[in-house]
Amino acid sequence: MKQFKNLVRPYLIWSFILIVVPLFLIVLYSVTTGGNSLVNIQFTGENFKKIFEPVYMNVFIRSFKLGAITTGVCLVVGYMLAYVISRYSEKVQNILILAVTIPTWINMLLRTYAWISLLSDNGIINSLLMLLGLDPVTMMYTDFSVIIGLVCDLLPFMVIPIHTSLAKMDHSLIEAAYDLGAKPLTAFWKVTFKLSIPGVVNGTIMVFLLSISSFVIPKLLGGGQYVLIGNLIEEQFISVGDWNFGSAISMLLAVAILIMISIMKKIDPDENGGA
Amino acid sequence: MKKRGKIGSIIYIAICFAFFYIPIIVTMVFSFNSSKSLTRFTGFSLRWYQALVEDRDIMSAVGVSLSIAVIATAVATVLGTITAIGLSRNRKVVKEWLINVNNIPIMNPEIVTAIGLMILFSSMKIQRGYVTMLLAHICFCTPYVITSVYPKVRSLDPNLANAAMDLGATPFQALTKVIVPMIKPGIYAGMLLSFTMSLDDFVISYFVTGNGVANISIVVYNMTKRTNPTINALSAIVIVIIIVTLLIVNLVPEAVKKRQEKRVEKNKRMMQENMDSRKLD
Amino acid sequence: MSNKIIELKGLTKNFDDQQVLKGIDLNIYENEFLTLLGPSGCGKTTILRIIAGFEEPSKGELLFNGIDISKVPPYKREINTVFQKYALFPFLNVHDNVAFGLNLKKVDKSVVDQKVSRMLKLVGLEGFEKRDVTLLSGGQQQRVAIARALVNEPKVLLLDEPLGALDAKLRKEMQFELKKIQKEVGITFIFVTHDQEEALSMSDTVVVMNNGIIQQIGSPEDIYNEPENRFVANFIGDSNIIEGNMIRDCLVCFDGIEFPCVDKGFKENEEVEVVLRPEDIDIVEPEKSKLKGTVASIVFKGVHYEIIVKTDRRDYKIHTTDYHEVGKSVGLSFTDEDIHVMYTMEN
Repeated sequence: MKQFKNLVRPYLIWSFILIVVPLFLIVLYSVTTGGNSLVNIQFTGENFKKIFEPVYMNVFIRSFKLGAITTGVCLVVGYMLAYVISRYSEKVQNILILAVTIPTWINMLLRTYAWISLLSDNGIINSLLMLLGLDPVTMMYTDFSVIIGLVCDLLPFMVIPIHTSLAKMDHSLIEAAYDLGAKPLTAFWKVTFKLSIPGVVNGTIMVFLLSISSFVIPKLLGGGQYVLIGNLIEEQFISVGDWNFGSAISMLLAVAILIMISIMKKIDPDENGGA
Repeated sequence: MKKRGKIGSIIYIAICFAFFYIPIIVTMVFSFNSSKSLTRFTGFSLRWYQALVEDRDIMSAVGVSLSIAVIATAVATVLGTITAIGLSRNRKVVKEWLINVNNIPIMNPEIVTAIGLMILFSSMKIQRGYVTMLLAHICFCTPYVITSVYPKVRSLDPNLANAAMDLGATPFQALTKVIVPMIKPGIYAGMLLSFTMSLDDFVISYFVTGNGVANISIVVYNMTKRTNPTINALSAIVIVIIIVTLLIVNLVPEAVKKRQEKRVEKNKRMMQENMDSRKLD
Repeated sequence: MSNKIIELKGLTKNFDDQQVLKGIDLNIYENEFLTLLGPSGCGKTTILRIIAGFEEPSKGELLFNGIDISKVPPYKREINTVFQKYALFPFLNVHDNVAFGLNLKKVDKSVVDQKVSRMLKLVGLEGFEKRDVTLLSGGQQQRVAIARALVNEPKVLLLDEPLGALDAKLRKEMQFELKKIQKEVGITFIFVTHDQEEALSMSDTVVVMNNGIIQQIGSPEDIYNEPENRFVANFIGDSNIIEGNMIRDCLVCFDGIEFPCVDKGFKENEEVEVVLRPEDIDIVEPEKSKLKGTVASIVFKGVHYEIIVKTDRRDYKIHTTDYHEVGKSVGLSFTDEDIHVMYTMEN
């Protein structure tokens, strides 16, 4: 028994240096000024005050709005897909779920890159539209292209957890509901949906978390002017060089997400009182 | 009514899958295009594959991506596996602390992890480049190994390691001859996960690299400004490799299971025969 | 019995702030079938784990052939264990499970095969070499676990409630089989169980434990007939336990009546407890006995009736094959040897 106890030691040290210390450094940078070194630091609340300037507040609002829209689209489209898949035999379900997961294993940048050639002004979709005698539509560098890119990237993260909780469900429960006189829609809401809530909660958290913090897809499909929280942080660290402000934004993002996760977990009946 | 529902669901699945796969298919088709156009297929050629092989930047990025993925996966697998094994033997305080810390890189937005590491490396005065990228990859891969191995460890009979040592195995032999074989599925899952996570990563690599060291994601990111069918060729290769790997990983266990079922059948038959022959005695 | 093979001297074990063993002194002899018997949580499994080497004692000595081995790791002890849920290696077949220990010692393959098949024959699993252990029945897995331990030719075999997972009929069979195997291999077996019947029917020596303390060590007959205290008397078999006092050697008084007995060595008028086994009491005509009462209930138990007789002081439980009507006045009779006097629990 005891022989293996010490096996955790390397990771205890490793995780302290590469996980705990960086978090501490972000917090430290967010409440100080003094450039990008720790030599002459001064404590200040300026970095957080700066976030509340309208320019930056707008970025936050915009990110949350876009995250909400992406999550909403993923929830509707993903729930339907998960539900439809769960109606098939187990063997077919496994194949379909594998097909849903395969794209997530392929490099996200490469997949996003493919959307550029589809959506651009003289891209494939517009050429098809012109072939049909329709006017081309500007899709690149709009909310539309960004949402398409995000949904395509994140949809599997919604489908998988919902499908998992739907597949676990005992079908005799729905039959029992019918048997007790429930109409199909009532039976769906009262039984199927209710039992799939854990999956919905998990999927929603995942998609929302990934969408508001993303910065590659907005940059590639939304263009240079399209600034979300992720892009703002990147700017502070890569081009502007204000690490203190960048850390303050990151901290706020992390805290906001932490709060959301704990709220969502409260809704999840399975997680209540659990670990 | 049932039939109509079935057709409806097939159409819906088809639309969703089209959404997932059209970009992938387009990429692959246009990687064989003979012209630079990304909209009109003018004829079949392998010129972009040739351009890919000749492109120094891309080839070195492929080298960086692959070598980092291999090393990071190897280290993360060993580190994560021994940690998961040790975890269940520790006090509750240590266990909870480690599990919570371990969840941070999984739950935290990638960009926050990325800048945290960036600040860490710069404040420790470590020159950003290949080594920092490797450390960062080990850092975000290990938690996935731990989360896939730990449940397997927990479901083991705690006496198995004792049984091995009772029979004369040293603790190390008990680990390699009994524990590891039993948690292999979890280790493989963690390995696969960390390998693909490492290959896929852009955000963290982007922030912690320097000195011109770039992986595939970074090269693609820097190239998107211009249309470049070479990337299509690269994509096509990556896609084929990933899909083949995934199919093998998903289908091989099926095949193994089938073979095991056959063995079970054979065993049952043997037992039956045994019983029959006893009856005859 | 010949030589001591294992000696426990003043052994204690603490888990965090809980003391599960409170000073254990025990000698275990070569070739002995010794059973540690007690309710769950009494510390019997902890003793076994200390002997096996999975736990270190907090205090005290563990001698093996006279040498302290409490710091020796399990893989260097000449002791093997049969675990509660067998702990077979599911990814190995029957042969490889049994050969595990020999293979670690790099024993020649032909020797391994020979030893394994001899062992499988001993436990009645001839020809099972290539079977998948996960597909065996509970009883067969049990036998593999025994073979896996015995093939290493240990000096001592530890068995941790090995029959707990088997059904009643199989359990009886295995009890018999275990005893047979022990005689055949001629080594010490240390067996842990909470089942008194198992303990009494298999062992040379029974060690009754409770709350981390040894209550009594003795042969099955001693333990049953001469329980040292109320706990042992209660835990093993049914008994009537009556408070009384010892008038002098060979004369005890309970329920206000003096009875001659065979127990000696108590102080005069010492308070004691008296055990009367239900099957030792006979029901007789009231006038033929000092102790009188009426039949309060009678229940048929298969082999015998269980009768409760109400006297003016208490209820007596009696096992008899004769039928007696409820309400009938009866007398209770027992011989001097049937009375067993014990010290009270406080001592």
